[in-house]
Amino acid sequence: MTPELLIGSITLFVLSIFLGFELITKVPAMLHTPLMSGANAISGISVVGALIGANVAYEGGETLVSGLLAFLAIVLAMINVIGGFAVTNRMLNMIAGKNKRKGD
Amino acid sequence: MISSSWVSIGYLISASLFILGLKKLGHPRTAPVGNQLGAMGMLVAVLTTVTDMYLKGGAHWELIISGIIVGSVIGYIMAIKVEMTGMPELVALFNGFGGAASALVALSESWKYIEDGNLILPSGLELEVLMIAAGLSALVGWMTLTGSILAMFKLKGGVEIRGKWFRTPTWGPSWLNYVKIILTLAVLVLIYLSISNPRDQEILFSIIIISSILGIIIVLPIGGADMPVVVSLLNSFSGIAAAFTGFIIGNSVLIVAGSLVGASGLILTFIMCKAMNRTLPDVLFKSFGGSEKETLTRTKVGSDAEEVAMMADGAQKVIIVPGYGMAVSQCQHQVKEFADILQEKFQTEVKYAIHPVAGRMPGHMNVLLAEANVPYDQLIEMDDINPEFPECDMAVVIGANDTCNPAARSNEGPLAGMPIIDADKARTVVIIKRSLSVGYAGVDNDLFYEDKTMMLFGDGKKMMNELNTAIKEL
Repeated sequence: MTPELLIGSITLFVLSIFLGFELITKVPAMLHTPLMSGANAISGISVVGALIGANVAYEGGETLVSGLLAFLAIVLAMINVIGGFAVTNRMLNMIAGKNKRKGD
Repeated sequence: MISSSWVSIGYLISASLFILGLKKLGHPRTAPVGNQLGAMGMLVAVLTTVTDMYLKGGAHWELIISGIIVGSVIGYIMAIKVEMTGMPELVALFNGFGGAASALVALSESWKYIEDGNLILPSGLELEVLMIAAGLSALVGWMTLTGSILAMFKLKGGVEIRGKWFRTPTWGPSWLNYVKIILTLAVLVLIYLSISNPRDQEILFSIIIISSILGIIIVLPIGGADMPVVVSLLNSFSGIAAAFTGFIIGNSVLIVAGSLVGASGLILTFIMCKAMNRTLPDVLFKSFGGSEKETLTRTKVGSDAEEVAMMADGAQKVIIVPGYGMAVSQCQHQVKEFADILQEKFQTEVKYAIHPVAGRMPGHMNVLLAEANVPYDQLIEMDDINPEFPECDMAVVIGANDTCNPAARSNEGPLAGMPIIDADKARTVVIIKRSLSVGYAGVDNDLFYEDKTMMLFGDGKKMMNELNTAIKEL
């Protein structure tokens, strides 16, 4: 990471934090849990890091364990992403009262 | 990590979708769209990354594709299979996985250099950034994992091992707060040491172990009623962990999405604290305990199902006030049956009063009752239903205590100022509860002792069944 890239990254980090603070203002109580769950699914973005890590680590040939750790990271992050968005969707459907579950 | 410009544009689109998604998730009408935008942002981010690998040629598809498929299938099945009652626990668990994923990426990056001695370490600033980011990501990530798993068991109430039920303990003397500070400082020192010893395994494992212990002792002293706040805080942590991981690999979308979730999660945590009339430092550092030991000097004779059934006959308007106890005994179907019988047999008007923080998570009552197919328009938010209580013949409180404790109207005590459901203004109040014990706030509830109050002592499900049978037999 060059100094320029580091400064750029820190700028992104700080500005995103300010943006995150402003993004959420008044949220009705019944949306607290879905919002938490949806934001949680977004934090599964580490899957991108895991994908890159798995690719780079495995390339070395001698870094098998690192590759497997990254593989595990992909699995856990995908559970977080897919499960998180799916469960949020289910919650919102129920709370909104439309698409009422039939059967199941 | 040099990425071509179109990759940056892909990540920019993805980050924009996350921002819009989070924004829309905060409003009831747009929330479903918000969730879809978030999912789309994730799809764009993954596709961008994978396409970039493909174009560069050297991708190890077997590892990547199988990881994506295995994770997606497990996640989808868990999300679809889960009972509505188990939803808060699942959110906590997913959150832990997210934190662990970030920490594992950090570990994988550091382990590369331990595993392959020929790999040339970066130097100077680059090494410092790598080790600091990897260390912080590990600290926050492992803490999130262990904290979330403990929070999950706290939400469940306990674990069953060989048919025996073990309650999740809540323990935290005030000196534990100093231990938390010392352990955090220890990890920071270890991270500092790791900069000059980047290939030292012992430092690496020490960081992992101490961070995991930290996660547990942060959550251990916090009572079950405050778990939503804790899970929300841990959600904020998992975002921060992802942002730190972004610094390790120099990836913009990780930094943006991670810090967005970190910041908005923290704001949501404050909003939730406010709704419960608590402050975050109170939740985190004020040791729990003492409150449940408050001795009760008053007694109240319990009523029985037949008596309540007779009162219900002739009631024109009944308002059901569900609480934490309904979630614990999972009696939402019996509650729905009770409402149905009343409507069919006596043409009673039945509504539900939903307190904003009733249950384990905000919105928990809505989800539970929706699962039992209670029509959405019968669930009325606190501010809208409160004016209706004076003309209500019977309020049926099921496992709720603090949320309808008139003590909150006074200016003293832990409940002071908390908005409550005006169940005490109904003509008759029926309370289904296991005992007269105080609620989480540790304040005795005057409502229990009023003459117009009938107490049905027992488990929610059992009492609702008895009540339903009694009404049918009338």
